[in-house]
Amino acid sequence: MFHPKDLTMLPKFPFLKSKAPENKSKVFVPSRRDFLKMGSLATGGFLLGVNFQCSGPKGELITFAPNVYLSIDSDNQVTIIAHRSEMGTGIRTSLPMIVADELGADWSKVKIVQAEGDEEKYGDQNTDGSYSVRMFYEPMRKAGATARHMLVAAAAKKWNVDASECRTEMGQVVHSGGKKIKFGDLVDLAQEIEMPDQESIQLKEFSSYKLIGKDIAIYDNLDIATGKAVFGADIDLPGMQVAVVKRSPVIGAKVRSFNDQKALAVPGVTRVVKIEGAGIPPGLDKALEGVAVIADNTWAAIKGREALEIEWDLGPNQAYDSEQQLEEMLASTSRNGQIRRERGNFNAARQQGGQVIERTYLAPFYAHATMEPPAAIAHVHGDGTCEIWAPTQHPQWARQAVAQALDIDYQDVKMNITLLGGGFGRKSKPDFIVEAALLSKAAKLPVRVQWTRDDDLHHDFYHAQSAQRIRAVLDRNGNLSGWNHHTVFPAIGATANADEVHPSDGELGLGCIDFPYEVPNIRIETHESKAHTRIGWLRSVSNIHHAFAISCMLDEVAEAKGVDPVDFLMSMLAEDKNLTFEGELKGDFGNYGEPLDKFPWNTRRLRGVIEKVAQASNWKQAVADGKNVGFAVHKSFLTYVACVVEVTKADNGQLIIPEVHYAVDCGIGVNTDRIRSQFEGGAQFATSLVLTSAITLKNGKVQQNNFDGYQIIRMPQAPKKTHIHLIESMEKPTGVGEPPVPPYIPALCNAIYKLTGERIYRLPYKA
Amino acid sequence: MEKFTLIINGNKQSVEVQPDMPLLWVLRDILDLKGAKYGCGQGLCGSCTVLLDDVAIRSCAYPVSEVGDQKITTIEGLSNEGKHPVQKAWVEHVVPQCGYCQTGQIMSAAALLKRNPKPSEEEIESAMAGNLCRCGTYNRIKEAILTASKSY
Repeated sequence: MFHPKDLTMLPKFPFLKSKAPENKSKVFVPSRRDFLKMGSLATGGFLLGVNFQCSGPKGELITFAPNVYLSIDSDNQVTIIAHRSEMGTGIRTSLPMIVADELGADWSKVKIVQAEGDEEKYGDQNTDGSYSVRMFYEPMRKAGATARHMLVAAAAKKWNVDASECRTEMGQVVHSGGKKIKFGDLVDLAQEIEMPDQESIQLKEFSSYKLIGKDIAIYDNLDIATGKAVFGADIDLPGMQVAVVKRSPVIGAKVRSFNDQKALAVPGVTRVVKIEGAGIPPGLDKALEGVAVIADNTWAAIKGREALEIEWDLGPNQAYDSEQQLEEMLASTSRNGQIRRERGNFNAARQQGGQVIERTYLAPFYAHATMEPPAAIAHVHGDGTCEIWAPTQHPQWARQAVAQALDIDYQDVKMNITLLGGGFGRKSKPDFIVEAALLSKAAKLPVRVQWTRDDDLHHDFYHAQSAQRIRAVLDRNGNLSGWNHHTVFPAIGATANADEVHPSDGELGLGCIDFPYEVPNIRIETHESKAHTRIGWLRSVSNIHHAFAISCMLDEVAEAKGVDPVDFLMSMLAEDKNLTFEGELKGDFGNYGEPLDKFPWNTRRLRGVIEKVAQASNWKQAVADGKNVGFAVHKSFLTYVACVVEVTKADNGQLIIPEVHYAVDCGIGVNTDRIRSQFEGGAQFATSLVLTSAITLKNGKVQQNNFDGYQIIRMPQAPKKTHIHLIESMEKPTGVGEPPVPPYIPALCNAIYKLTGERIYRLPYKA
Repeated sequence: MEKFTLIINGNKQSVEVQPDMPLLWVLRDILDLKGAKYGCGQGLCGSCTVLLDDVAIRSCAYPVSEVGDQKITTIEGLSNEGKHPVQKAWVEHVVPQCGYCQTGQIMSAAALLKRNPKPSEEEIESAMAGNLCRCGTYNRIKEAILTASKSY
């Protein structure tokens, strides 16, 4: 049974939590007994979901598995478990390569196996919030170092030499005298070695790493280029059928009645099944109300759905108009709101005269539009247990949600994770996986739920639309003396709890409440707004609209002062310090789930990326030459990023982005090629947010149906060149999945202003 | 249901399907060739791109009844081992992020280089404009095509 206490475990999103959660990551060290059991089990047996082949000299394969992330077979095969979801960040490569580097494995021969969803075994698997490397850099090193220590000790014993004279390289233990032995030849001896103490285990010197800090190609590179990589919809089970669902067109709509005669008459259609939906609020992990058509193949299911006749009770959201709500939200920002941060006295600063610059900023709902629309496969067995194959960012939550929907224990849900054809936060939500489970149970067959593109755009968990108003006061000396930021947007929490009408502390902690500049009077306020559709999180979450408003405004303030925006921000940082916002916040500062003493908000590092991007992009010269360059800096997910974007116009009027420069301080760079790829991609992702994409609702219904209505940039619109300048650092590594997006948005807007002479106050800007 | 004989990756294969079934679903659901991906169903994103007699088409919006005796090439037939110059260039530049759109991108690039072995950057942009990538691999796709063009 699903226990209510399980609900308190989930959902857990460190970036939204107001209090920093305990970092639960650790190397899972099995007891001595378990560890020996694994060894014996592995003889032609089943370990960690991997079917090992017997190929040892006597037809017997021995496996050494000192922890759940790693095993070494007597045939020299090193297998590393990827326990976090691969959605394009390269994490399936970057974490295993840390293990391999500490171990001293031959990377070209390492096999990577995707873990199933099991947080009790593997620790946190919620692939979200750009924290995989941050959380697992040390545990992965320890996992590799533990095995290295034991193999070295085994070899030293065999050779009767001191372990300190031995090291590992390329899958062998090597003695300083020249003797070598392959890992595979040590597995039986290594099992007899005492497990080293995890606290005192010796990690390698950074300078001796062969993989960490280098450009390492992704593990799935060739499989993707040959079409062999397996995504969600690529799973096929014997006897599987395909479901396509007609879902409530308006949040909260209920099926009054439906007629399935015509749908069942479509060749290939086998069943029509109603799905009971969650209503209002729709929840973050529930299926929507709908009617599913199940068929022998996808096309028959799509045709069957077209033939369905459904009468809906549309409910209270049928009158909802997103444009009207946005106008109301904007109007609310001119009134006093709920104060969330206060320093000094903004109103007094305002009354002392000088100049007040007051601007408003609007941003729309955005859909994730992953290239792979949601799809999931479920097989509910006769005994009630369930097996899932799905492209999920959050396997444990999906298990819980399926268990709740089927009224079974989550231990009875086996969760297999495929590659994700894009995630960006969409595939954190298990709603589509719950659908597959419910339909498999009803049909008594394995079922694949296939979302079409219109399903994806109509039934997403959208990035919230937002209205902001910023008042900047320049005193009589021209100094920025007051900053009043009003922000209003429907909260993510409102999707599960209709009473949440203000942005949460967590959402404000994403680039709004942590305004880092030395302004003596600061007041940050929020206003009420309700959710009439499902709100979720999209790559960098509310940093998107906060960075847009704040950094566009700062550019305008610099202009009003008649100073260079780079110089202006450097001066506004004043002396280097760690920010705590103590005594100023009315709620908690989440710091992306990390304590401030461990990951301080450090203005020296912010200054570092500003200096770097200005120098690397030749900012001063570009400005002097009259180039249309825009600049912005924004810290998010504990990574410091500054950005310079250049724009021009082609003869045909088309906006061109010839050059982008990023300066990045993410601490230690683990896989530098994947860091660069995240920034190249982040610039392109953010270009869509600025120039092409918007979701609108009328009569409660989303108006965009496919990539003609909801546009994302195509190759001609992409930045031509993106240069990434990494700050060399030995600070703890932080994530890079989301941080490229926020500063790029205002940098592009500020560049477009140089080109057109018009400031951008509303996204998307239709060039 | 109607019977169609298709020439796929050099082999003749017969299927019995509805004549309006798009080629994509014939490949994926009937013939178990999963390399071509579903992205939009309307020929707007290019994830489903395959070749018909060396021309890139969007298989999600191409009824099987229209194929006739045109030769179909999917990613599996381009080179199953990744030996095609476009695939090699893709691997060399580590183009993919999530990878979902990449088989379609590769097929479009292969068609482009077949008809224009030395494309300019502008010609690449224009030829590839029908293939969306949400992760943002456009820079590396362009570089990979320029690299691959050296083998043509």
